[in-house]
Amino acid sequence: MSLLAVVEPTTSWFLVLSAVLFAIGTVGVLVRRNPLVMFMCIELMLNAVNLSLVTFSRARSDVNGQSAVFFVLVVAAAEVVVGLGIIVSIMRRRTAASADDLSVLKG
Amino acid sequence: MELVVFVLASLMAVVGAVGVVVRRNPVHAAMSLVLTLFGIAVIFVQQGAHFLAAVQVIVYAGAIVVLFLFVIMLLGVDQAEDLSIEPLTVQRPLAAVIGVAMVGLLTGAVLTSDNAVMKSGAGLSSPTLDSPDANVKEIAGSIFGDHVFAFEITSILLLVAVVGTVILARRLPKEEVAK
Amino acid sequence: MLDLVWLIPALPLAGFLLILLFGRRLGEPLAGVLATLMTASAFAVTVGVYFDLLSRTAEERHHVVTLFSWLPVGGLHVDLAFLADPLSITMALFVTGIGSLIHLYAVGYMHGDPKFSKFFLYLNLFVFSMLMLVLGENLLVTFLGWEGVGACSYFLISFWHTRDSAATAGKKAFVTNRVGDWGMMTAMFMAFASVGTLSYSGINEAAHAGHLAHVTATGIALMLFIGACGKSAQLPLYIWLPDAMEGPTPVSALIHAATMVTSGVFLLTRMAPVLHEAYPWAGTVIASVGAATALFAATIAVAQTDIKKVLAYSTVSQLGFMFLAIGSGAYVAAIFHMVTHAFFKALLFLGSGSVIHGMHHEQDMRRMGALRKVMPITGFTFIIGWLAIAGVPPFAGFWSKDEILLYAFANNRALYAVGIVTALLTAYYMTRQVIMVFYGEARWHDHAEEHGAHGDAHTPHESPWTMTLPLVVLAGLSIVGGALQLPFSHSTKFLEHWLEPVVHEAEADIHATWAYENKWVLLGLAVVIAAAGIAASIAVYAKGKAKPIEPQLLADGWRYDASIAALVGGPGRAAFRGIAAFDAKVVDGAVNGVGAEVRNASGLLRKMQNGLIRSYAAIVGVAVVLVLAWFLVRGVL
Repeated sequence: MSLLAVVEPTTSWFLVLSAVLFAIGTVGVLVRRNPLVMFMCIELMLNAVNLSLVTFSRARSDVNGQSAVFFVLVVAAAEVVVGLGIIVSIMRRRTAASADDLSVLKG
Repeated sequence: MELVVFVLASLMAVVGAVGVVVRRNPVHAAMSLVLTLFGIAVIFVQQGAHFLAAVQVIVYAGAIVVLFLFVIMLLGVDQAEDLSIEPLTVQRPLAAVIGVAMVGLLTGAVLTSDNAVMKSGAGLSSPTLDSPDANVKEIAGSIFGDHVFAFEITSILLLVAVVGTVILARRLPKEEVAK
Repeated sequence: MLDLVWLIPALPLAGFLLILLFGRRLGEPLAGVLATLMTASAFAVTVGVYFDLLSRTAEERHHVVTLFSWLPVGGLHVDLAFLADPLSITMALFVTGIGSLIHLYAVGYMHGDPKFSKFFLYLNLFVFSMLMLVLGENLLVTFLGWEGVGACSYFLISFWHTRDSAATAGKKAFVTNRVGDWGMMTAMFMAFASVGTLSYSGINEAAHAGHLAHVTATGIALMLFIGACGKSAQLPLYIWLPDAMEGPTPVSALIHAATMVTSGVFLLTRMAPVLHEAYPWAGTVIASVGAATALFAATIAVAQTDIKKVLAYSTVSQLGFMFLAIGSGAYVAAIFHMVTHAFFKALLFLGSGSVIHGMHHEQDMRRMGALRKVMPITGFTFIIGWLAIAGVPPFAGFWSKDEILLYAFANNRALYAVGIVTALLTAYYMTRQVIMVFYGEARWHDHAEEHGAHGDAHTPHESPWTMTLPLVVLAGLSIVGGALQLPFSHSTKFLEHWLEPVVHEAEADIHATWAYENKWVLLGLAVVIAAAGIAASIAVYAKGKAKPIEPQLLADGWRYDASIAALVGGPGRAAFRGIAAFDAKVVDGAVNGVGAEVRNASGLLRKMQNGLIRSYAAIVGVAVVLVLAWFLVRGVL
């Protein structure tokens, strides 16, 4: 119990957690083929960034970090709306949804 | 105490993140995402961002993930991809490398930094019994004070997004489809 | 008067421009008269400048007139300036003097030619260029004139360009001159690199003060000599001069006897202090090449049948004498011989032109003979020229040739021997020419039907006064020209005193040699040799006592031309083809290869665009990792 009382998570711990979440999100975007799951992984990355912003906001005692997170949240919501709309319009008529089918821009 | 909270919350977040990536069924992946979001909300509270924690749960977990589930249902739950095959052979190893490198580099950046910023600071004002909405007040002061212009622009952005999505996702009239 | 020295080249230039604009309207003979007047007035100005120079003391005879700053570029400052000193005024005197006489002659010679005014256009341009050459204050003005006379030589040699041989001869002259010009340009570069200026006074003073290293001076001297070999037709670049006889005879007289070909001699004399600072073997090289050329050309002249070709090879031979003099340090003798040679060679060429004109353009000596009775003035003046070149006293050529042989003996006995043999041959072949043309039987009866009507259909006739007057004047000069430098005593050596400010340091001092003390012996030997040559020739050609020795090898010029053609046409052409192939394959190949490689590389890059967003995402991920790594490394290090 004494250990639990002495060791406190410092700023760097949170930042490392944020890095881990971001990396997991990146791997997810690269590996998964279902567009919806890919989108979810992108949301994961955004959350990791939010986490680091809040961490820095506490460390620097600056509330602007939190307002930045606020705006990220709003814009992420808008982004999800538009993205899902696009996915719906493209994937509506297909039976197997895969990002690999969308290769019309091949050079 | 903080340590316990941190460990639990980070565990939730990481397990949820891994679940999003690994689960075949998209509905399961969405549920894992909710777990992650909860974990992050807990950490927000620990960091003193109470307002943001609430907003995270309400907007992210409550609205965005629900939206995801709607679309999954709309397009068919059985549209799950086969994770055992991978058409681009280089993709998985490359993804592993990128992931490991990213974690390593960012950790290295964090650890080698001796900036005074990295020390845990005093934080922002937290709600107390005397002023239960101290954090809300602070954020409100920042958003509607320093960043009011951004706030207004963001509202326009939301409007544009909604209108755009309605146009994008509508079904075309029958005669155009027949062409 | 000295400040008007710029007028001397300006007058022929004005003549050139006037004929350029109005030549066709002026027509014959006004264009010719205008050109002659311009050259004659240049001569008058030169005479005025000469007397002005004469009135000054020896140290003051060095006047520079700067017209404008021509090239102020970085460390190089070149002015368009003229230098009036004894050497340049001597050259200008006979260039303009003999030039005017030849202009007058050409008015008669080119009568009836459709391109009459164009001829005088080029002639005036030539006189202008030659005057720039001799009056230049620095190497660059001289080079301007040098190239100008080369170009005019090309124009005038190929004047009758519809004739293939004439066009080819013009090109040959220009190209061969160009090879020599490389030498002159290299000399200019070396002079500028070591001294920092191109002006004669700058370079000569540097040489005089010992600031010029021996190696540099030798390099400059030899490079200038290469340029001189091209212009003054020495071995191995003499080949253009015999072919240059394709041009009209006034051209041969003016350019290829009196003026342009002497520019090499002039240049080396002008740079005498530099030559003096060079290693002694440089002078020996120059003298040896000159002597070898003299002998070589003399042997060829013995077997020629064209009246002008004999004189052409004779010119090459006499120029060889002049270089023999320069190499032996006898600059005064070289200039002396240049002046007397200008007199009698121009006379001989003009005389041959008169013969050709009178014989309705027949040039083969085997079809002439006994012309003395029909063309008395031409014959008489030609004979005077013959006596002068053969070295018979008291005519001009004797004194100048003897002076050269004296210095040659003092310097190098072997070269003297070559020179004396050449003098013998000179007397021999010139006598041969005189006999074949003016004496003996009249062989032109047999071939008279071949020629068209021109006045009297069958008999050759004497030329008009415009042609015979210059002949008479030149004959007079050939008789008295020797008075410039008589070896009798110190006071009769007028030319030596006159040229002393220019060459005093570099002139070889032979007062203490055996040759100088016994110069009367050498003089007598020269007379005997000349007499022997004449007697031998009379015996062979006039009396028929011995068979003439005219082997085909000599007539072909030792097959020198043919061997050069074989060398350039055979291995030369193969080498050129190889270089052209190299250019096409390697150089073009490299350039085209770069283009092909770019295309291939872009083809490879194209494969990256497979249209799958996951691949694009992977690339973005890699880039992000790299950027992170860079920041980390930069922050840590």
